[in-house]
Amino acid sequence: MIALAILIAVPGFGSNQSSLNPVGPMAQRIEHTLALIFFITGAVYLLTMIAVGISVWRNRLVRDDFPPPLQTPPEQDRKAVTAVAGAMGVSVLLLFIMMVASFITSHAIGKENGRAPFEVDVYGHQWWWEVQYPQPEADKMVVTANEIHIPIGSLVRIHGTSTDVIHSFWAPNIHGKRDLLPGYENDFVIQADQPGRWRGQCAEFCGPQHAHMSFLMIAEPMDKFHSWMEAQAGTPPPPSTPQTQHGQQVFLSHACIMCHTIRGTVAGSRVGPDLTHVGSRDTIASGTLPNDPSHLAKWVLNAQQIKPGVRMPPNPMPQQELNDLVAYLESLR
Amino acid sequence: MKPLSGCILAVVLLTAGCKREQRLFDPGPNASQLASSVHATVVQAGGQPYQPASTTPYEQSAYAVAEGKRLYSAYNCAGCHGVGGGGAIGPALSDSVWIYGSSPDQIYATIVQGRGNGMPAFGGKVPDFQVRELAAYVRSLSGQLPSTIAPSRSDVMPVAKAEQARKQEHPGDENIQPIQHPESH
Ligand code: HEC
Ligand code: HEC
Ligand SMILES: [Cu+2]
Repeated sequence: MIALAILIAVPGFGSNQSSLNPVGPMAQRIEHTLALIFFITGAVYLLTMIAVGISVWRNRLVRDDFPPPLQTPPEQDRKAVTAVAGAMGVSVLLLFIMMVASFITSHAIGKENGRAPFEVDVYGHQWWWEVQYPQPEADKMVVTANEIHIPIGSLVRIHGTSTDVIHSFWAPNIHGKRDLLPGYENDFVIQADQPGRWRGQCAEFCGPQHAHMSFLMIAEPMDKFHSWMEAQAGTPPPPSTPQTQHGQQVFLSHACIMCHTIRGTVAGSRVGPDLTHVGSRDTIASGTLPNDPSHLAKWVLNAQQIKPGVRMPPNPMPQQELNDLVAYLESLR
Repeated sequence: MKPLSGCILAVVLLTAGCKREQRLFDPGPNASQLASSVHATVVQAGGQPYQPASTTPYEQSAYAVAEGKRLYSAYNCAGCHGVGGGGAIGPALSDSVWIYGSSPDQIYATIVQGRGNGMPAFGGKVPDFQVRELAAYVRSLSGQLPSTIAPSRSDVMPVAKAEQARKQEHPGDENIQPIQHPESH
């Protein structure tokens, strides 16, 4: 009870990036196993410390310089043997209980694998997440980055892999860690029951910008999810103001087209995130910056100052061009 | 305790002598401009005399060459020249045969201007320093870079020998082959 009160009172435990605040059945099971292991090991630790304390207290008057008797009385020996054997038996039993509990959890989570109504493909890149929603018609496919929208109360299969090194997909409120491995596809099923913005983070060191490789799981009601999907599947209308028109020209005449896609234009490269609807995202650069004009301008001008080593080169350009480019990017909703 | 502290001291002194390679993430506004400057290069028809190729700072940084390797697949050079530079619809880059020259400047010019028989021009599309990185990597494909600089691993399943392990080709003297006489009985 006291431990539980402490757990709840400590700030952060109930946050949107915490395995102690599960919002789906998988995370709930993981949290139950965690609690079981925590309380068992906690109790064992407490009892051991109490036993040590008692024996220290009992022997507090025994003087150090007294040579200990060479032979202990047989009765005391017998007592010691029973105590040690008993403690060992209890330890084995408790370890066994924890092992079986974790088997049961893994089995229950794995059982869901066959029955997810739809699939999201996640590709780990150094240092961002590519997200695709495959559709029967190829031109309806939704491609986005770093923000994974999912409907609440529904099983979703994540089909994860990596394009370079090993990454690990970890949104602790929703599921445990899952490694994304180059050349290997890892399937797992998730579910979120509470609407919200649950933060996730790469959990396997993957290079200098590993710490700036986070994502958002945006869980929303089914109707909102469907309208989001519909908006994302569309091609944005051509730029309408002179400023955004010029911004598009700047985009198409710079290095951007070597790495980025904007549907409806000639830009069709897949080295960096798809920017077709970049204006609709809340953050850029894998949750590193809020998506607003001033941050976007700083990012485009020199991303290396923000994420040193990032796979996007500096793009020096006059202020006017930069402003128009940013206005164009923000208009892509 | 004596030998232990001696060891620690030796390790500290030895590591102080190590040089960590500096990674240049931001090569400055000049090198970040779109590549367009075309360096005049001498292209001669026929067998040119072999000249030792000059080198660039990019060829002395393992990081820059590794970036070149990444860009080589990102910009789909691999699609035309093969993953290990073995050649496909574009000529092999791992051998000693060069149509337009093998020096860093000549390769730079090839990438920036494009070449007549189907090599697209990347000038005006990619930053200058990336062309330098690509040129450095292209040269590692035929073993022109020291093995301490050339890449040793791939993110994809390796289908070709690591750049690091390639034997150095000698552009220009590839024609010197012993003539094989059919054996007479
Ligand atoms: C060499 C490839 C390359 C070039 C050229 C490039 N980018 Fe990027 N860009 C990337 C990569 C890779 C990322 C992802 C970085 C990360 O978050 O780690 C990115 C991220 C971005 C983002 C953030 C997207 C998001 O949702 O997080 C924007 C916006 C962007 N680039 C705009 C541009 C513009 C505008 C240009 C041209 C002036 C440009 N980029 C040129 C590779 C490139
Ligand atoms: C569309 C296919 C294609 C792509 C993409 C391509 N190349 Fe080429 N490349 C060619 C062809 C074809 C030639 C031969 C041109 C000629 O003979 O005029 C060539 C020639 C070259 C040469 C000169 C070889 C020589 O013997 O002198 C170099 C160097 C080269 N390419 C490097 C690159 C690099 C680096 C990239 C990526 C940035 C690249 N190429 C992308 C098709 C391509
Ligand atoms: Cu990571």
